[in-house]
Amino acid sequence: MPSVVTANRLDDGIVVYLAPGGGWSENLADAARAEGEDEVKALEAVADAAVRDRLVISVYPMPVEVKDDGTVDPISVRERIRASHRTTLTKDWYDVPL
Amino acid sequence: MYRYDEFDHAFVNERVSEFRAQVGRRLAGALSEEEFRPLRLRNGVYLQLHAYMLRIAIPYGQLSPRQLRQLAMIGRKWDRGYGHFTTRQNLQFNWVKLVDIPDVLAALAEVEMHCIQTSGNCVRNVTSDPYAAAAVDELEDPRVWCEILRQWSTLHPEFNWLPRKFKIAVSGAAEDRAATAFHDIGLRIVRGPNGENGFRVLVGGGMGRTPYVGQVIREFLPKEHLLSYVESILRVYNLLGRRDNLFKARIKILVNTLGIDKFREAVEADWEATNKAGIDLPEDEVRRIASYFAPPDLPEQPSRDEALAARREADPRFAGWYRNNVLPHRVPGYASVVISLKEPGRTPGDASSDTMDLVADLAERFGHDEIRVNYTQNLVLPHVARADIPALYDVLAEAGLGVGNNELLGDMICCPGLDYCNLANARSIPIAKEIAKKFEDPARQTEIGKLRVNMSGCINACGHHHAGNIGILGVDKKGTELYQITLGGSPKDDAAVGTIIGPGFRAEKVPDAIGTIVDTYVERRHEGESFLETWRRVGAAPFKEALYGAR
Ligand code: SF4
Repeated sequence: MPSVVTANRLDDGIVVYLAPGGGWSENLADAARAEGEDEVKALEAVADAAVRDRLVISVYPMPVEVKDDGTVDPISVRERIRASHRTTLTKDWYDVPL
Repeated sequence: MYRYDEFDHAFVNERVSEFRAQVGRRLAGALSEEEFRPLRLRNGVYLQLHAYMLRIAIPYGQLSPRQLRQLAMIGRKWDRGYGHFTTRQNLQFNWVKLVDIPDVLAALAEVEMHCIQTSGNCVRNVTSDPYAAAAVDELEDPRVWCEILRQWSTLHPEFNWLPRKFKIAVSGAAEDRAATAFHDIGLRIVRGPNGENGFRVLVGGGMGRTPYVGQVIREFLPKEHLLSYVESILRVYNLLGRRDNLFKARIKILVNTLGIDKFREAVEADWEATNKAGIDLPEDEVRRIASYFAPPDLPEQPSRDEALAARREADPRFAGWYRNNVLPHRVPGYASVVISLKEPGRTPGDASSDTMDLVADLAERFGHDEIRVNYTQNLVLPHVARADIPALYDVLAEAGLGVGNNELLGDMICCPGLDYCNLANARSIPIAKEIAKKFEDPARQTEIGKLRVNMSGCINACGHHHAGNIGILGVDKKGTELYQITLGGSPKDDAAVGTIIGPGFRAEKVPDAIGTIVDTYVERRHEGESFLETWRRVGAAPFKEALYGAR
């Protein structure tokens, strides 16, 4: 199961994912995937540098599931909600199934 | 309404500039996140799932139209156009940017508001009866004492680093509408032996992991000694409360470990040794503060309004709303009106900036410029002339706010849960929405009668599930959201912690489980019996059987 590294942006707190070039994207689809411990560690090292550079806070790796079409989905409900960036004000919006 | 004096203004503005400098130093790298975190928390700034959350104090749940409009403006300009009213009578914005928060705090300071002590191990926002100065059963206005406690506890040097957070509620009425028994200190204004008012003091109540109903530490405390006595309670707690274990740090654990008698002895001994005159407020100062809370000038009016009576006759929707959301007022010809934030399909307690503006307008047009936040996550206009009620209702109904479910099943308390909260184990908002959908028919809710359903997304119990007649607690069982149901809790004078009825339910089964519980109650109840009365009479067995019998 591959992993990606997620964080919150320091200046606005929004959920972001570490992308292959070392940038940060709000879109999980852009996330760099790591297979195995060494690759996860390498991504975390990049992320730690971004913490020092005051780009992000609250960094951690999380496992994702690769779907048939090659895109990824978070495993936990919590991470599915984070990845959706959704608010709950509007009626009938809820599409993360109960 | 209390108005800041020069000292308050200067102090709050200084805090804004201080925090602006701290944010600047954080962004420039002079402060690490570890260094910055306690500073931002002291100003009500949390990092949640999706973004930063800002918690704004609404002292004893009281707002002026000007303040509510400013909150609406803040929501529009710096958030996503809505906020969430909490069980602490506070307001939370869910999407503010750290870089904007100093400006938000400055905007709050313009209307005498702030976020100080909405987080951290200090005395939090003091909560109260939303119908203060309006309720027919009130002995004395609790807000005066809330304000005195607020001033005393704000940045109190001795009590700024308590073992854990500390919550106080004050009620001045015969009926407890502030859940005082579930507070670290609960204060009830009562009549004393010589006919004078004083406080019955409860201590050690609370929810969370280890729920307790508060116990009486003093049957009658003369009013003038409130501050010195509360200070002695806090001092004993500050000295003896546990700091080694986060889960055992609240005063309720100390009170229940020592036993109320030993705890009382320690407090009374400290109080005995205290120079009370040095702490208690002089009488003229109490009078000065009380003068800010003088009730509005309400000329008496005929208590029966013909047009209102005719509308109730002719319009069943209006009649239904009126029955639940209009409460008696102490001045003939007036009423308190509950504006429900629980329209089925909406997040309980959420209000859009448009709603806030509208309620501010209505408070000016019909409500003598006063708005209250109820801990049950609704808004209240405490002083409305009965003759104005139909016109008020028409505006509310037009805006989707004419929902007449106050205190009924649809009036659920619901914490933000896993949709927002970093500590959550499970979602609560979608469950509340599904339950609301199941019981959408107002006739069904009316038939069921008053019923408090409370829901939390984790054991911290911000959604007061322990005190719900029906309580729902979200837990995480090996990656699946599971919901534990408790029955028989009460936040009122017969305060009780609910009992877990059996194994938890998966999310999609919760609405039907609530349906089964409600059906069991309706079948079993004697004429006029409340849910609690039936529960106490028949016990858990019929509910268990209905829920799990077929298993
Ligand atoms: S009860 Fe738990 S999930 Fe709900 S708001 Fe409180 S901490 Fe968050």
